[in-house]
Amino acid sequence: MAMSAAEIEHLILEAFPDASIEIEDLRGDGDHYAATVVSGAFAGKTRVQQHQLVYRALKGKMGGELHALALTTRTPD
Amino acid sequence: MALNEHTKQQIDRELSGNDVVLFMKGTPVFPMCGFSAASVQILSHLGVRFKGINVLEAPEIREGIKTYSDWPTIPQLYVKGEFVGGCDIMKEMYVSGELQSHLADMGIETDPV
Repeated sequence: MAMSAAEIEHLILEAFPDASIEIEDLRGDGDHYAATVVSGAFAGKTRVQQHQLVYRALKGKMGGELHALALTTRTPD
Repeated sequence: MALNEHTKQQIDRELSGNDVVLFMKGTPVFPMCGFSAASVQILSHLGVRFKGINVLEAPEIREGIKTYSDWPTIPQLYVKGEFVGGCDIMKEMYVSGELQSHLADMGIETDPV
């Protein structure tokens, strides 16, 4: 019940081809990550909506296989 | 995961009956998860009265609330019935002062420690 950083990055890139992504494995257990996602797709969206877009990209794995993802989202400067 | 009508009404009742609601794992006094504990700490620092709902004791709410807000994790903070965010967003808003101003805008009393 875990995911690799590469898997997470792959799923996010599939949904946000323009995104730049940084992923940090917080505990080395494949269950607790921090991720920063920068994408133009977030423009005009609230933080909640931005995070919901990322969770949708993770196709239901968030909260299941992936226990914790400390997420930061931004539009490109 | 569908949200049955009974659970939806239960959630609606909690949200309409309480200005600030935190769906969490454990209770404000005994949080059972780091993220829930961090969320309680933020609200306590702000001196906000809130109702903690222990989803570990209500499995149908634990799953139903995720469909209700289209948000996959617990904890979840609601102010005046509106979903504000999970632990990450609460922290970000607290640090930026946005949570304090949002609560003030919604007429919620705070008594920062």
